[in-house]
Amino acid sequence: MLEVDFACVGAGPAGLGAASEAARRGLRVVVVDENARPGGQLFKQIHKFFGSAEHGAGLRGLDLGRRLLDEAEVAGVEVQLSTAAWGLYDGQTLALSSEGGVRRLKAKRLLFATGASERALPFPGWTLPGVVRAGAAQTMMNLHYVLPGRRVLTIGAGNVGLIVSYQLLQAGAQVVAVVEMAPTIGGYGVHAAKLRRWGVPILTSHRVTEVSGRERVEQAAVVELGDDRGPVPRTERVFDVDLVCVAVGLTPLTELCRLAGCVMAHSPALGGWVPAHDEDMRTSREDIFVAGDAAGIGEASVALDEGRLAGLAAARDLGHLSDSEWAEARGPVVERLAALRGGEQGARIAEAKASLAARVRVGGCGP
Amino acid sequence: MIGGAAHLRRTGFLSEGELAALPGVPGLDVIRRGRVAVIECAEAIPCNPCETVCPKRAITIGEPITRLPSLDPSRCTGCGLCIAACPGQAIFVLDYNWSDSEGTVEMAYERLPLPSPGEAVVTLDRGGSPVGAGRVVKVRQVQAFDRTAVVRVAVPKGTVLGVRAFRMRGEGGR
Repeated sequence: MLEVDFACVGAGPAGLGAASEAARRGLRVVVVDENARPGGQLFKQIHKFFGSAEHGAGLRGLDLGRRLLDEAEVAGVEVQLSTAAWGLYDGQTLALSSEGGVRRLKAKRLLFATGASERALPFPGWTLPGVVRAGAAQTMMNLHYVLPGRRVLTIGAGNVGLIVSYQLLQAGAQVVAVVEMAPTIGGYGVHAAKLRRWGVPILTSHRVTEVSGRERVEQAAVVELGDDRGPVPRTERVFDVDLVCVAVGLTPLTELCRLAGCVMAHSPALGGWVPAHDEDMRTSREDIFVAGDAAGIGEASVALDEGRLAGLAAARDLGHLSDSEWAEARGPVVERLAALRGGEQGARIAEAKASLAARVRVGGCGP
Repeated sequence: MIGGAAHLRRTGFLSEGELAALPGVPGLDVIRRGRVAVIECAEAIPCNPCETVCPKRAITIGEPITRLPSLDPSRCTGCGLCIAACPGQAIFVLDYNWSDSEGTVEMAYERLPLPSPGEAVVTLDRGGSPVGAGRVVKVRQVQAFDRTAVVRVAVPKGTVLGVRAFRMRGEGGR
């Protein structure tokens, strides 16, 4: 059985950031990811990211992904792809499976940077071919250069729905509308404005009532919602479409944290059930860290810095950083994260994170 | 998003009143004077590439980084570097005095095919409705723009304030 200092599950920005920081300090680090390619969702993101100069602002997601992979390679991180982590024994031993079979990996410190899953939305016709979630549409377009549909209706006007709709336009599809149940657009105004001026309607207070077609999606019916959130009579509209793209939110993937007995807490601001964790991303289990979307839905730059904090804490735990070296390396990362959590939306997340940290301190063991 | 941007939140684009309240949107008197940037950003998020890229320090965000960008029109030369730098594609450069009858609107363009200079287009407003006829006069693509093209479209003077996108003549309405 392979034994390492630090094992990260997930090779997205959080996992790669953590692994690079730890490996640079001399830890033996392995990152495993069930996907065939590293980078998490980054290589599907062809748009320029918001942020400051320190965050590589204006960098496109795919270019940030390349930069992180280079950084990890230089630091000496070993990345094992097409490898699923499906179990945890003795608290520190991961059960892994890949084409080569099943094996174990023991680590003194573990990071679960497992990301998020997309929420599903049931409606009549939701199982028809041609109803896809945003991640699948992005994978087809931006990784495999396959257009998932020619005439598209998007459900959900959060950032993911708005961004994917714009990418569909860029790929040559026609987006007939973005439908949002809430009375207001949840995503950033600039993403919405881009769609609007290029001719895509955003229908707030609207809901899809049915998607129909013989063998695949052919039509989507939409109705307006009144102040009571019920359908307004005689407002039904039918769109001829061949793709319905569902983007109705993300929820943290926390199976491994639950398996490890980490204290969990429910936080609507962070996307659902999340493992309680402190400022250094340590869960209620001293040897287990969590970072990125698995620690609460956020953006790639946040995930990256959360990962860096976990990597630095692991290096300090194992004696590769003195307290003062750790404090010096950690300071700028904490500052960047605080800046990222400015603004109205950021403040809500900062508040949720603070209450999670309090849970760890009181915490103790097990759910 | 700023508190008052109710139209933006409901429909996806800024109303006239919301635009006028933004610190990055100069007044009509300034726009009439000459080439100048218009920053249609109502987003209180941590983002400042526009401030960093401006060689004349005409754009200020400052601290905290979530503040809205404000424009000092006396420093702005209308060079347009901020157009491609803005990850939200929210910056436009207007030239009200391009000719006696026409002004120009410059905007970020990330779609293919790229239009060619001289090409006739149908101009669109912030809501995507057709405004009228326009003509592409310049397409800038340089390495610093990182695959964002900056397209300059000539339009009748009276529509400079309203035009924010275009479609090619062959492209159907949406």
